[in-house]
Amino acid sequence: MRFNLIGLILLLLSPIAGANVNIQNWQTSQGSRVYFVQTPSLPMVDLRVTFDAGNARDGAQFGLSALTSALLDTGAGSWNADEIANRFEAVGAAFSSGVSEDMAWLSLRTLTEKALFDDAVSTFQTILTQPTFNPDDFQREKNRTLAGLKHREESPGALASLAFQKALYHDHPYAHPEEGMLDTVSAFEVSDLTAFYKKYYVSSNAIVVIVGDLQRQQAENLAEKLTAGLPVGEKPAEIPPVTLPTQASTQHIEFPSSQTHVLSGMPGVHRKDPDYFTLYVGNYILGGGSLVSKLFDEVREKRGLAYSASSQFVPLFREGPFVMSLQTRNDQTEQAIGVMNATLNDFIKNGPTESELLAAKKNITGGFALRTDNNSKVTEYVTMIGFYQQPLDYLDQFPAKVDAVSLENIKDAFQRRIRPELLQTVSAGGGK
Amino acid sequence: MQREFMKPGIAALMLLCPALSVQAEASKVREQILANGLKVLVKEDHRAPVVVSQVWYKVGSSYEPGGITGISHMLEHMMFKGTKQYPAGEFSRIIAENGGQENAFTGNDYTAYFQTIEKSRLEICFKLEADRMRNLDLKAEELEKELQVVTEERRMRTDDKPQAKTQEQFNAVAFANSPYKHPVIGWPSDIANYKVEDLQAWYQQWYAPNNATLVVVGDVDAEQVVKLAEQYFADLKPSEIKPIKPQDEIEQKGVKKITVKAPAKLPFIMLGYKAPVLKTAKPEWEAYALEVLAGILDGGNGARLSTRLVRGKEIAVSAGAGYDMTSRLPEMFMLEATPAEGKTVFDLEYALKQEVYQLQTELVSKEELQRIKAQVLANDIYQKDSNFYQAMQIGILETVGLSWQKGDEYVRNINQVTAEQVREVARKYLIEDTLTVAYLDPQPITEAPKPAKLTGGHHAF
Repeated sequence: MRFNLIGLILLLLSPIAGANVNIQNWQTSQGSRVYFVQTPSLPMVDLRVTFDAGNARDGAQFGLSALTSALLDTGAGSWNADEIANRFEAVGAAFSSGVSEDMAWLSLRTLTEKALFDDAVSTFQTILTQPTFNPDDFQREKNRTLAGLKHREESPGALASLAFQKALYHDHPYAHPEEGMLDTVSAFEVSDLTAFYKKYYVSSNAIVVIVGDLQRQQAENLAEKLTAGLPVGEKPAEIPPVTLPTQASTQHIEFPSSQTHVLSGMPGVHRKDPDYFTLYVGNYILGGGSLVSKLFDEVREKRGLAYSASSQFVPLFREGPFVMSLQTRNDQTEQAIGVMNATLNDFIKNGPTESELLAAKKNITGGFALRTDNNSKVTEYVTMIGFYQQPLDYLDQFPAKVDAVSLENIKDAFQRRIRPELLQTVSAGGGK
Repeated sequence: MQREFMKPGIAALMLLCPALSVQAEASKVREQILANGLKVLVKEDHRAPVVVSQVWYKVGSSYEPGGITGISHMLEHMMFKGTKQYPAGEFSRIIAENGGQENAFTGNDYTAYFQTIEKSRLEICFKLEADRMRNLDLKAEELEKELQVVTEERRMRTDDKPQAKTQEQFNAVAFANSPYKHPVIGWPSDIANYKVEDLQAWYQQWYAPNNATLVVVGDVDAEQVVKLAEQYFADLKPSEIKPIKPQDEIEQKGVKKITVKAPAKLPFIMLGYKAPVLKTAKPEWEAYALEVLAGILDGGNGARLSTRLVRGKEIAVSAGAGYDMTSRLPEMFMLEATPAEGKTVFDLEYALKQEVYQLQTELVSKEELQRIKAQVLANDIYQKDSNFYQAMQIGILETVGLSWQKGDEYVRNINQVTAEQVREVARKYLIEDTLTVAYLDPQPITEAPKPAKLTGGHHAF
């Protein structure tokens, strides 16, 4: 059954998890860290193997990480793409792979009924450890990626996003989009993908997350079996630090659309940033609380300038973006940017009020259980904890850390970290 | 978005491996109809200390007469603009302060409001939803602003998206008189001309306990939830809800074809055949057979469109099939695809029709059929990982005039579909005379996008 709907606001995926999640942690004999959460209520399991092999590892070959990931299930062991798909689908299992800035992952959701589980896992393990990178499959998937890159050029939002990333990160590995660029992807050879796979898809660079209806011993066997087929290899060098822009910039991309898409921001926080919780709480008030934030109120509720207006911090291994975004009718662009900037500047200068802070804390701590209320969300959260080596009690500490944030903390952190004189602003849309 | 494709939910292994303990279970739903007509449906799920509460109204874009298309969606927005007791912004502020997540959505056949919240705070949701069911305070000045918001929403969802635009025009042409010809968000000139009286009349006509369903799924005691619902909703007065006119789509007498020109980089094709839905199919198995047919074509990476058109012939970079069996009115069985470099939409049209022809002339294999059924059974379990999805399924089925029990019958009915039945519905419904085809014809986006204005030095694009 499918659902046809249009919402009041975009349904933002909230990538967050919750309390009462008991994470068991160990290492495989090959040196992969394993994170296991036993959830016995449904006869299913989610399995995710994640490598430090996201698009920040592309080097100059923008899009290499993503295309390598896309090729994995097009041929492995003695099976071709059709056979792999059939093997999963015949047992009702769902496989996917993907990349983000920092991560490349392979995921499996399967039933735990032994015959089905064993088939699904053995197919998954073959994809993980013996992908064939067949030249025909490579050419086809490369062509599909190139078509996707052309499709991107139909979208003013996507074009703004490209320019925004570049403005924030210059030559840093976070500066390019995961799917790459037409010229870089066009130049790929199949040997580029096999080299990338060999270097990064190794057990010392892997973490294994298992969430579902398994016993500890089964989970141990599973993790051991999966990583046994991978060479130990080595962890890659850390992603280099981010250099902040030296001055503010504004650029406009002309596009024949009825709306102009606006993005404004600068590099924000990293995953272990001491300011993370303070900025997270502050940003909930500024633009993170979906129907109740200052940006939403000023841009949409008071003035009807946009359908969505929000801000967020995207914490990565290094400082991920702080970004404010909105879309508005072309001739209102200047006004909307003015309102957005004034809202930000006021927030930096004066911070939130006592009652705003209280409301934010009530929302974040009062809704904490929502963050881990199903296996999908637990899998996401545990992957984050494992990959970035957060403490295993990260989720238990979370509410207390939020509660400890003060008005002064927020004002101070925003004044130090979000600097209008360094803001990068990009717009894409029809001319004035 | 209206008529967006979602992979058909699929599955059952019982035929394949009779020894398996994996089976679809009947869900335990507590049903209570209050004296004022409000139907309350509660499903306990104790996996996490949270609960989802949804209020579904039997009204959506397919209820709307010409001139005010999109008004259900507009009203959905206005439902956040306050009552006498809780002025504009209070609803969202209170839910947020209680750690809740909330939103609303409108479709062809329904308008629904939801909150997900820690279990002890369900009462707050009921108090607020009961209040805005009958006491909305519609103000002209709020409408004026919100109308701009909805106009921006339309620009973002449809006007600036070539494929969405194609879809909108496709619906407008494929349906001659069915209200499914209108976009959920409404036509621009209708949106621009809503008056507060229009909204008031629409609210009065449809927002009443006897036109609503309250669905609750989560870590709750069903009996207590029913009591709580009594406490907050029982005093609301029912309305006289007049049955909506049938607006039966007239019979299509030959293929319709349109071209949509838009600034774009890739061509795109959509084909839609008129098809019955669960509510209208006679016999009912035809709807399940069409669902299986969609799965044969597009139920995963091993289905025919992926193996044959994307891989195999390599003529498409993407291809999909879609069928929504839970609509209130007859629908379309959809095929859509984007050509690979060097191929055209006409190559794709030919290839898609070849797939249709084969389904009409050859029986699908036993393996294919079992694969679909395996997926359907597995998905039935996976979906239980989400309270929201479970509530959604109950809400939709009730609101389109089926019943929540249909959800429990789904796996069994899919399981009973035979290869012969799949061939039969392909022969009966995937026919040229009821086909509509839309081609997206890409127009230049001007020259390569480049920064027209650049200040601040070294940030060359």
